[in-house]
Amino acid sequence: MHTRFSEEDLAFQAEVRQFLRENWTSELAATCANRATMKEGIEEWQRRLYKQGWVAPHWPVEHGGTDWTVTQTFIYNSERAAAGAPEVMPFGVTMVASVIIAYGNDAQKARFLPRILKSEDWWCQGYSEPGAGSDLASLKTRADLDGDEYIINGSKIWTTYAQYANWIFCLVRTDSSGRKQEGITFLLIDMNTPGITVRPIQTIDGFHHLNEVFFDNVRVPVENRIGEEGKGWTYAKSLLVQERLSIAEVADSKRALTEVREEARAEVNGGVSLLEDPLFAKRLTDIEIRLMALEYTELRALASIAEGKEPGPESSLLKLQGTEVQQAIQELRMDVAAYYSGTLQGDLSAEQLGHDYADTAQKSYFRGRASSIYGGSNEVQKNITAKYVLGL
Amino acid sequence: MNFNLSEEQNQIRDSIARFVQENYAFDQRNAVVALEHGFSEQHWQQFAELGWLSIPFAEEQGGFGGGPVDTMVLMQEFGRGLVAEPYLATVLLFGGLLQAGASEAIQGEYIPAIIGGELQGAFAYLERQSRYALTDITTTAEQKDGKWIVNGEKTVVLNGGAAQKIIVAARSAGEQADESGITLLLVDAGSAGLERTLYRMTDGQEAANITLSNVEAKAVIGSPGEGYGLMASIVDEARLALCANALGALESLNAQTLDYCKTREQFGVAIGSFQALQHRLVDMFGACENVKSLLYRAVCAVQDGTEDAQRSLLALKVMVGRAGKLIGGEAIQLHGGMGMTDELSVGFYVKHLMIINTLFGDADYTQQLFAQLVNAAPQAGSAAA
Repeated sequence: MHTRFSEEDLAFQAEVRQFLRENWTSELAATCANRATMKEGIEEWQRRLYKQGWVAPHWPVEHGGTDWTVTQTFIYNSERAAAGAPEVMPFGVTMVASVIIAYGNDAQKARFLPRILKSEDWWCQGYSEPGAGSDLASLKTRADLDGDEYIINGSKIWTTYAQYANWIFCLVRTDSSGRKQEGITFLLIDMNTPGITVRPIQTIDGFHHLNEVFFDNVRVPVENRIGEEGKGWTYAKSLLVQERLSIAEVADSKRALTEVREEARAEVNGGVSLLEDPLFAKRLTDIEIRLMALEYTELRALASIAEGKEPGPESSLLKLQGTEVQQAIQELRMDVAAYYSGTLQGDLSAEQLGHDYADTAQKSYFRGRASSIYGGSNEVQKNITAKYVLGL
Repeated sequence: MNFNLSEEQNQIRDSIARFVQENYAFDQRNAVVALEHGFSEQHWQQFAELGWLSIPFAEEQGGFGGGPVDTMVLMQEFGRGLVAEPYLATVLLFGGLLQAGASEAIQGEYIPAIIGGELQGAFAYLERQSRYALTDITTTAEQKDGKWIVNGEKTVVLNGGAAQKIIVAARSAGEQADESGITLLLVDAGSAGLERTLYRMTDGQEAANITLSNVEAKAVIGSPGEGYGLMASIVDEARLALCANALGALESLNAQTLDYCKTREQFGVAIGSFQALQHRLVDMFGACENVKSLLYRAVCAVQDGTEDAQRSLLALKVMVGRAGKLIGGEAIQLHGGMGMTDELSVGFYVKHLMIINTLFGDADYTQQLFAQLVNAAPQAGSAAA
């Protein structure tokens, strides 16, 4: 048992730092931060990662993965987050690609994986429906076979960045006769197919990232089906571990906490720094201690995976605890920003408003409420842990 | 980076688990705790024969030369079985101080005696007023005619009844709470002027209040007036070991509670089928995993001597205190009326965890130390290792 960095690890750390210095530039960061240019910014960032060979570290090497050790994965993520660079958009690289690699046929791998690596496609996820949220398996969007095509009717909701996407991976119902988990099929659908419409949903954080996607007699070739008909639920479930690891965003929370600490240090109440306030210090350190634990819970899971073992039962906690920590940091930052947390900056400069992070703080806070809802709500995560880990 | 135990560490774990299984069933433990001094001399001799008492000592002193991971493995299994023998007091505190600060002559005489199971020791560092401040010492040590004379009172000295030798933290200079001016003195428990009042802790272990009236010390451990650094480093080692002990106890409590919820029926079904209880059991599981993650973090950082060591150790102690209360409270609640009885071991585990919380600083006190450390200066983007 040890967590030492070897000479090779230290060399890798230096390489990552150099890559970030040269590629995560302030110009690119500004492009990503601006809502109007965010898509281009993210695609450019991902292309730079692709050129370096780092866009999909967890993929098998033959498809473009890196074969990093746990320590290298840890180093990359820590350095990336510390530099403020975003994670790769998960929908293509992490979510659909994992299913294609595990269950897709050779033609599908050849067709989709290279385009995902090069960020030539923007994927979105079609799982939730108006009537199927936590109870996802009750989804009703139908796919009826007609020759060598499925005809899709129904709607998907909470579809993040559907407005940018040219592909959507969907769970659809091909059979309603048996258990509800058994009649579900995994389909890849071109967003430019006639019959698809996208309705934006305005959310409490003031952004447009969510959408509802409607399917009206949309024809999808059978060759776009992953694996067997009726096995979609099994395929989707296998994604969960990877998804939990990515939702936990531990390295990003570390950076956020460091920022909040420095913001709090600079805030002064009647001559005393907020950091000296014992109640504030209690809350800050509560979160930091939980985050320190979570960081190693994630490393334990990564270490198991790297040894070719199933991640241990602790991995079931990552989504739950990771999002709790994220939300706690967001809440703390609102409190640090004091009355400015209620302001809308709009087109004003920070100088005109009189505050430089309050607007980000309130947007992150309201957007962050979603993290305990998506990817299986935290209450559902507890149900899952109770059933599969505790055997209840 | 890996979190696997070595072959040797797995063997230590397995042999302790076997010992616990054979010797620490509920009734057996009750019988052990009822013995004089609250533990079994026979068990202690068995520990000596199995080599467990030698684990943290250097090889040149006849020890096993183990590191923090070895001690962790041992203490975790002791915690799982709620083993009552005074390993912390005699081996880790008393023995740790000797190894770190005693003269070669004393080490050569005492350490083999500890390893052989012939010597019981204790570390007397607390006083009535001191709460958790290690530096708050009024007991005095003065040199007279080339001898050190100790006067004062030490309280809640773990294993204070069985101990044949005691290391006493006393003040030889400075103000009541100064770090400097603290001297550690080795005294014979049978010295003239040393009186012990014995009592039991809630988990069954024995402790003592010790008054010292013109007691002549046998030796100074470390340098006179500079005992604090020595004491602080041994307390840090003991904190880590104690937290490993807590993890074993937490894992056992969780397992007992889960098992009970799966078998206890009400309203015609197992109570573990109720969602309100399931979510609480998941919270208990999560708290225990948090402790385990921080324990692995701290033990690796201490072993490898990284800059994360002190921060991780304090975080761990805070989490152990809070997890102990959460899991302890929930374990009693979910056991219902049975959780209130002395007919199950649940209550003893909870009491042991409550005591661990208070040793070397409780969660609140330790969190203040943690806050002082992490808020001291702007942090660089820190990696864990």
